[in-house]
Amino acid sequence: MNFDLTEERQMLQDSLRRYLRDKYSTATRNQILESAGGMSADVWAQLAELGVIGALFTEEQGGFGGAGFDIAVVFEELGRAGVVEPFMDSALIGGRVLAACGKTELVEEMIGGGLQLAVAHGEPTSRYDLSHVRTSVDGGKLNGRKAVVMNAENADHLIVSARASGDEADEAGISLYLVAKDAAGLNIQGYPLLAGGRAAEVTLDGVEGELLTEDGFAVLGDVMALATMAQCAETLGAMDTATRLTNDYLGTRKQFGRPIGTFQALAHRMADMLIEMEQARSAVINAAGNLNEDTRTRDMNISAAKNLLGRAGRLIAEESIQMHGGIAMTQEYELAHIAKRITMADHRFGDTDHHLERFIALSAA
Amino acid sequence: MDLSYTDEELAFRDEVRAFMRDELPKEMSDKIRLGDELGKEGQEKWHAILNSKGWLAPNWPKKFGGAEWNAVQRHIFEEEAAAHHAPRIVPFGLSMLAPVLQKFGSKEQQDYWLPRILDGSDWWCQGYSEPGAGSDLASLKTRAVRDGDHYIVNGQKTWTTLGQHANMIFCLVRTDPDVKQQEGISFLLIDMNTPGIEVRPIILLDGTHEVNEVFFDDVKVPVENLVGEENKGWTYAKYLLTHERTNIAGVGFSQAGLNTVKRIARAEMAGGKPLMANPHFAARVAQVEIDLKAMATSNLRIISAAAAGGAPGVEASMLKVKGTIIRQEINDLARRAVGPYAMPFASEAIEGSNEALPDPHEAGPVAAQYFNNRKLSIFGGSNEIQRGIIAKVMMGGGQ
Repeated sequence: MNFDLTEERQMLQDSLRRYLRDKYSTATRNQILESAGGMSADVWAQLAELGVIGALFTEEQGGFGGAGFDIAVVFEELGRAGVVEPFMDSALIGGRVLAACGKTELVEEMIGGGLQLAVAHGEPTSRYDLSHVRTSVDGGKLNGRKAVVMNAENADHLIVSARASGDEADEAGISLYLVAKDAAGLNIQGYPLLAGGRAAEVTLDGVEGELLTEDGFAVLGDVMALATMAQCAETLGAMDTATRLTNDYLGTRKQFGRPIGTFQALAHRMADMLIEMEQARSAVINAAGNLNEDTRTRDMNISAAKNLLGRAGRLIAEESIQMHGGIAMTQEYELAHIAKRITMADHRFGDTDHHLERFIALSAA
Repeated sequence: MDLSYTDEELAFRDEVRAFMRDELPKEMSDKIRLGDELGKEGQEKWHAILNSKGWLAPNWPKKFGGAEWNAVQRHIFEEEAAAHHAPRIVPFGLSMLAPVLQKFGSKEQQDYWLPRILDGSDWWCQGYSEPGAGSDLASLKTRAVRDGDHYIVNGQKTWTTLGQHANMIFCLVRTDPDVKQQEGISFLLIDMNTPGIEVRPIILLDGTHEVNEVFFDDVKVPVENLVGEENKGWTYAKYLLTHERTNIAGVGFSQAGLNTVKRIARAEMAGGKPLMANPHFAARVAQVEIDLKAMATSNLRIISAAAAGGAPGVEASMLKVKGTIIRQEINDLARRAVGPYAMPFASEAIEGSNEALPDPHEAGPVAAQYFNNRKLSIFGGSNEIQRGIIAKVMMGGGQ
């Protein structure tokens, strides 16, 4: 066994961490959060140049990584710094769907940093069910509504799932289409998100698109497995920041004439946070290391990680705020943003309960 | 023991219900139900409606213009108010300052300030916390130095809730720096329009402007605005904090929140069934409902006992800890219930800028409320402080 990062991954982690520490301060990020697009084109371009996007793709796909641990390293650092740029939705999910569908040129453009994507899959009634699609395709025309579509306004292309056959919860019959941003009948209503970035409600009224695959569920299943693992790694990085900030605060903030960390009631809870951090790190390693195993093994490890990160994340976000007191409630303090990232991560790719039930079902299978 | 309401209590409940049905404006209850801010004007309007009915000050004695309700009546009112989505009463003048003035204020202070609280002439805010003195309130540093007929006040207060609307602030200030911390503090009433006062907003993590910093730079305060005796302010502050805590179980808010969770969970579908039919979600809802039922009775037991013998002590700390845990758990369930729709940032500011809100509209504010209500276990003496009080009193130990 060897739990050390390879030399290449260590270099990627170091350079990414250094860049974000130097260039992505809380003040810089707060400006980005308030900007109209909810992201910085400069940050995107510079991180693309650092290889952040390339690391998410295999060599055959035009990248130089693409394995579970490559993706985990990148997203842990993005999470540690609370990055709001859409590396998850545009680069990883959008890019890997296109790669799986053989759209090599677009993937190259994406890796170079010159392309923004959005995947419009979830619907107002689908919650966390991947197979739940009502949006229909008939005679090549797409009709329906997509919910909380990340990065839709910035995207050059939308990848839209639509049902060509079957009932609304069937795994079979889901096709994926590539839709240009300016396609007729496409309406994008954007809004900001609590934890940064922007999303939109997307309606499709007789929209024409290019068919990417008729086996949409399988493609999405594989890519969402990657994305869920990446989300766990990102949350792990954010949890690490919350834990570090809290530890620092307990050592410096004085009440009743001594640092509050010397009160046993707080010291023991800090210890619990540190224990949960180790649990979370191991769960992410399990998820990343089992990505290429059979689907059931892969998904059990991913659901285990998402459930554990949901529980540990809630503990760490809430305890960090509580032990900081009022200062953590203020928008301009680093922890406020980080705590929101951790908590909102539970609302992506299935929450704590969803993955508990999925783990139970997979265990019984 | 008899857990059922008497005929008189039932009649009172009917009266409160009729009042809520007839007098609570629908646009107000709609806003509260959807988690929107009421604003200063809305708050003042609701205060005026309650005042004209004589119900604005349930806890005040009749001789000061209060309703002088007993604990059960207050509980019934709170329950009905929450069930009808009535606005929360801003407590600073009515239930925090007023009891202090009624017990420790001079006749002149009572005659002047109390009617102004009822008729809405003054909007009070609280000047207790400071950047270095949060839960360790006695370490406050804001100085007041006597100079003839005035005190000269210098220093800074923080977490001043709704201070942006207030024209008056009641403050704890240090009048003697050379004695034990608690012994050199005084209780001052300060006009916010006095030269030298600056109010700066603090934006909270859910984007709301609810609290402020207040800076005092050589602010002149007439000596008649001192409540009680100089250097005895800690006694009054403790009295006030006990009163603040008597309402902090928040049974009504929790009950209303629980109703919202159930309403959302019956409408939201998960795996082809209503979320409320999901055993994991239903179990979480049931557990918090069980806790809430017990706490509602604890609340009644404690305030009934207190009604006979003054303000409760350690029991108030117990209600604060349990009440905030339950409210925060309900907030957590509400954000979980709406699934991915918890993520949009649907603040008042955004509504003002005409940005589209996603459906369902009810989903908009629940995650923001979850974050905003993290404050419940921090303010008014954090839950750690409350547990310390409980341990000290019940076990003779403490930290």
